[in-house]
Amino acid sequence: MTAPAPAIELVGISKAFGPVQANKDISIRVMPGTIHGIIGENGAGKSTLMSILYGFYKADAGEVFINGQKTDIPDSQAAIAAGIGMVFQHFKLVENFTVLENVILGVEDGFLLRPSLTKARKELKQLSEEYELHVDPDAIIEEIGVGMQQRVEILKALYRQADILILDEPTGVLTPAEADQLFRILGRLREEGKTIILITHKLREIMEITDTVSVMRRGEMTATVKTAETDPAQLAELMVGRKVLLQVDKVPAKPGDVILDVQNLNITDAQGVHRVKNVSFNIRAGEILGIAGVAGNGQSELLEVLGGYEKGTGTITVNGQPIDLTGKYSDGQSRRKRGIAHVPEDRQREGLVMNFSAWENTAFGYHSDPRYQKNALFMDHAAIKADTAEKMERFDVRPPNPLLAAKNFSGGNQQKIVVAREIERNPDVLLIGQPTRGVDIGAIEFIHKQIVALRDQGKAILLVSVELDEIMSLSDRIAVMFDGRIMGERLPQDTNVQELGLLMAGVQGDAA
Amino acid sequence: MQKMPNWADVVLVPVLSLVLAAIISAIVILAIGHNPIDALGIMVKGALGNSANVSYTLYYATNFIFTGLAVAVAYHARMFNIGGEGQAYIGGLGAALACLYIPWPHWTLALIGGGVAAAVFGAAWAAIPAYLQAKRGSHIVITTIMFNYMAYPLLNFLLNGPIKAGGMEPATPSFAEAMHLPNLSAILGAVGISFSDRGPANFALIIALLACVFVWALIWKTKLGYETRAFGQSETAAKYAGIKPTKIIMIAMLISGGLAGMMAINNVMGEAERLVLNAVEGAGFIGIAVALMGRNHPVGILIAAILFGILYQGGAELSAELRIPREMVTVIQALVILFTGALDNMVRMPIEKLFVAFGRKGAN
Repeated sequence: MTAPAPAIELVGISKAFGPVQANKDISIRVMPGTIHGIIGENGAGKSTLMSILYGFYKADAGEVFINGQKTDIPDSQAAIAAGIGMVFQHFKLVENFTVLENVILGVEDGFLLRPSLTKARKELKQLSEEYELHVDPDAIIEEIGVGMQQRVEILKALYRQADILILDEPTGVLTPAEADQLFRILGRLREEGKTIILITHKLREIMEITDTVSVMRRGEMTATVKTAETDPAQLAELMVGRKVLLQVDKVPAKPGDVILDVQNLNITDAQGVHRVKNVSFNIRAGEILGIAGVAGNGQSELLEVLGGYEKGTGTITVNGQPIDLTGKYSDGQSRRKRGIAHVPEDRQREGLVMNFSAWENTAFGYHSDPRYQKNALFMDHAAIKADTAEKMERFDVRPPNPLLAAKNFSGGNQQKIVVAREIERNPDVLLIGQPTRGVDIGAIEFIHKQIVALRDQGKAILLVSVELDEIMSLSDRIAVMFDGRIMGERLPQDTNVQELGLLMAGVQGDAA
Repeated sequence: MQKMPNWADVVLVPVLSLVLAAIISAIVILAIGHNPIDALGIMVKGALGNSANVSYTLYYATNFIFTGLAVAVAYHARMFNIGGEGQAYIGGLGAALACLYIPWPHWTLALIGGGVAAAVFGAAWAAIPAYLQAKRGSHIVITTIMFNYMAYPLLNFLLNGPIKAGGMEPATPSFAEAMHLPNLSAILGAVGISFSDRGPANFALIIALLACVFVWALIWKTKLGYETRAFGQSETAAKYAGIKPTKIIMIAMLISGGLAGMMAINNVMGEAERLVLNAVEGAGFIGIAVALMGRNHPVGILIAAILFGILYQGGAELSAELRIPREMVTVIQALVILFTGALDNMVRMPIEKLFVAFGRKGAN
């Protein structure tokens, strides 16, 4: 008996964007009925490779074999025809359509909708039962949770007869419990003989669910190994190309006086939605308060109000002095003058002006600083450039070129530019949101060290992150937000991921 | 990733757009039974053939510099100010009122007084759409267009009534002799260059050049310019940095309207020396094309403005010489605007692709 043909075989795939070689001579084989992980840092070429497989890009060289057949995939229609389904990081669903309508979108049978809907309803029921993918077919997308929406994406692919499923960073938006459910579904799909490719940068997920794993670094496939025969430290080393400290090294906190005190903060957004509800907490000098929670539970709004660019009600004091929440001094510049620095959650939309050069971005938010002015009329560009060069040196930003536009730096280096700008101001309070989102492992290590160093200088730090690992390893205290409320505070040494996961899902934990 | 080198962006793309426009124009000229090569010759000669013609070209260019800069300043704050036309009309009203009712003893004082009045009136006309945008979110494109339509009837009313000179024409009386700005012939004569005094180019050209320097310094050297560009690039980032959107929208639009209004120094104070009804002659709209072609940079705007000046003056000569209707020349001008402004990406994208393709070959 011969071994079955691989479900997917890529041979010598290369793809360049201008001078950037995104994929270099990549070959992989994925056997049917297995889960294959692809892990790598941001910009390692994972997404490019999958986009080639799904027909979004055309490879410069190389061949694709599906079930042993050489297959041309010029567009996504061809990919679907070849039995490939893709679940994107950002779901492609019509928000105000029902589940059923989304599933048949683009594959309606005829001019009239009803026959397709009836047929789809029957098939959907069958699929749900077969794979334990329970979704209400008549629910409106915008009214169901993110985990459910993801299931709809999977159902969409299965409805189109996909045998090969590609999932791009599927757990980014899920709670730990939802992620567990997703992994159960993936396990079930594997049992039914489906082939799954899981793209992720989380080592834990790779270890948990995959059969084999390929590591990508700078456009090259550095290794493909059986998951059972490797460990996270080895994978991390393969990803980065050197040994990496996965655990944050820090001494116990020595908290001092209360620096930041927030009492009864309420925030209502422009659409009139009550985003933050009666939130109170404080942070002492030399302490990191981590705020855990699934994205969209009020953490972003909390940061925006503390950072001064949205309005809220309540009382916030810094060093005992109240700050203005609604009036003339409720803006980012006034906050900075009060010693509040802010590394925003979304560096590309908020923290940086992508078309500005590194030096212009280094002045960003601090552009009124007298050191940056030549005289009453003009800014002192030379001084800003010199300052930027120093900061780039100290924070190991690569390339260390102050004239380069922010968009031309990698995610990790962009974040270093922001972190350098905010930390080097020696603030009393540092607000830091998603400090390592889309940042490579090497830079994560560096940024974490900087945060801990700032804490050890006696600063108060508010850390907001959806990465539980990051919250667990950095925080001195952890508060969990759900639906605009703080569900509870825990000490990292006294809690675990399961308990935090329950709080994140809104279950009031009396278990602790 | 740099898609193509800078020189291709600022030189190659506009030049190719022009060539395309020229080819289509040639076909149009052929279709109406003339030789395109001859037509081009007439245009160039008409625009640059002698110093009187050059004077006309520069006069038009001066108008376009003011309106082009106006569009550019607003553009850097991501405001699309379509209202240059109306702002220039109202700026003209300001200049005319200042020159009619204040007896300036000398042209230099009239220049300052009239120029300030023109800028203030133009800015005021832009202020209302700006306020509505900043505070109420009314789209600036819609409101500035509506304000264009309001400016013209307002002038029509005033020039046929309250400030009308005696006679049939809807125009103000002429300004006093002492207020007349020196023309280019007088300015160049002062430094020993002989230049025909039969053209309309005047001291406003120098003000326009100073305005280029002013806009360059404002946008790229000052804190306000920095905040404006940051806001224009990313409103969310600007809010994060504590830059106040209302302030930026208002200031950028006031400066923009002021610059459009200052066009009156050229056409009202420098040339007509009174306010006539159709004083602006579409220069406000040409300013949009000039700014687009000039990449919203003062140097680019200067070059584009001169080019459009050549097109205007040369086009006028063309229609006179070949006895083709004035509208035909407008079609040719429109083609240039279409290709350099509206269809910019049509030329840009294939060129970008070419550069990416060649760049890869070079890298391998």
